[in-house]
Amino acid sequence: MDPILLFFLFGLAAGLLRAELRLPSAIYDFVSMLLLLSIGLKGGVELANQPFLSVLPDVLVAILMGIALPLMIYPVLRHVGRFKRPDAASIAAHYGSVSVGTFAVAVAWLATREIDYEAHLPLLLVVLEMPAILVGIVLARGLRAKMDWRSIGHEVFLGKGVVLLIGGLLIGWIAGPEGVAPIGPLFFDLFKGILAVFLLEMGLIAAAQASSLKRYGVFLLPFGTLVPVVFAGIGTGLGLLMGMSPGGTMLFAVLAASASYIAVPAAMRISVPQANPTLSLTASLGITFPFNVLVGIPLYWKFAEWAHGAG
Amino acid sequence: MERNAGTIRRLLTIITESVLETALTRDLEKLGAQGFTIVDARGKGRRGVREGGWEASGNIRVDVVCAEETARKIAAHVQQHYYDDYAMIVLLGDVEVLRPEKF
Repeated sequence: MDPILLFFLFGLAAGLLRAELRLPSAIYDFVSMLLLLSIGLKGGVELANQPFLSVLPDVLVAILMGIALPLMIYPVLRHVGRFKRPDAASIAAHYGSVSVGTFAVAVAWLATREIDYEAHLPLLLVVLEMPAILVGIVLARGLRAKMDWRSIGHEVFLGKGVVLLIGGLLIGWIAGPEGVAPIGPLFFDLFKGILAVFLLEMGLIAAAQASSLKRYGVFLLPFGTLVPVVFAGIGTGLGLLMGMSPGGTMLFAVLAASASYIAVPAAMRISVPQANPTLSLTASLGITFPFNVLVGIPLYWKFAEWAHGAG
Repeated sequence: MERNAGTIRRLLTIITESVLETALTRDLEKLGAQGFTIVDARGKGRRGVREGGWEASGNIRVDVVCAEETARKIAAHVQQHYYDDYAMIVLLGDVEVLRPEKF
């Protein structure tokens, strides 16, 4: 088993056993910042090598997917899960958006196996952070409600994740491969080590959801494991449609399957305050993140192989 | 050394979710607070444990020293806007300040 996953399991176990282990929040902030910048930088460097306009159709596909996914599961949450409107809208937004941590694990998984993927996937990651937030807000409040677009815009476009990813992309793009080389030891060579520390903390955070999982798990457990698999299927189909390589297809499936826990919780807390954050975080952090990291990623690679007729 | 006679002002303390920081500080300035101090916090309350380990579980404590009227205005405002949906407590107390013109 990949050591970074062992770090996650270690964090999970330590959290469940209530070990005296707590990463200072400044460390978590720093580590997640490094991950976001690394992913952005790597994408920017690669993007410098291809004409910018050629990625626009894929960006459009990503935006449409980001709008469609939350709309698909909202009725399920309302009628099968019997959630109140703001709760259903908030959970739908979490699942329509993406998880950078899951993406990073998938990138590391591919790197270990020396599988290539398209350079613009980090760009699609940024793009996919955003549409679901808007869909979630509209689902919760209705189209005609009076909205403070300025603060919503701030939440959507100036959240930590989006800003760091875009900053990294631009720096990588402007500096190019040679320009970035001197800072490579921190951002690229240490990537897996940083990811390991990040996953340790994620294990602790996921374990902290255990008590609410007992309370809400009856619906959320099947929901949080089935939705990513179905969404990964959709992502695989779209990846194939966009003519991506198996590696790219798998990463796009991971983007579809993952659920946000940075950008969306903050945006929903501000824009849909009636939604109970415990529900969406239990689902996205307590169930879907561990599922994707431990089971999903190898499974979505199988999807990509089948789709490309190589499996 | 002779001790300066202090003037009494109100100390308003708000403990709430970190996510509210931007909105809350905007409100405070609009309602007439001359300044405030924010520290990261963690703890436990009716809405569960707030561990402060990452974005969504962090709390902040905001201290504002101000005149009685401003303190009442701020307390009423946050009660109306945030009490229903957010983890929040507001405390009021008297403090002695040495430079009353600052508050």
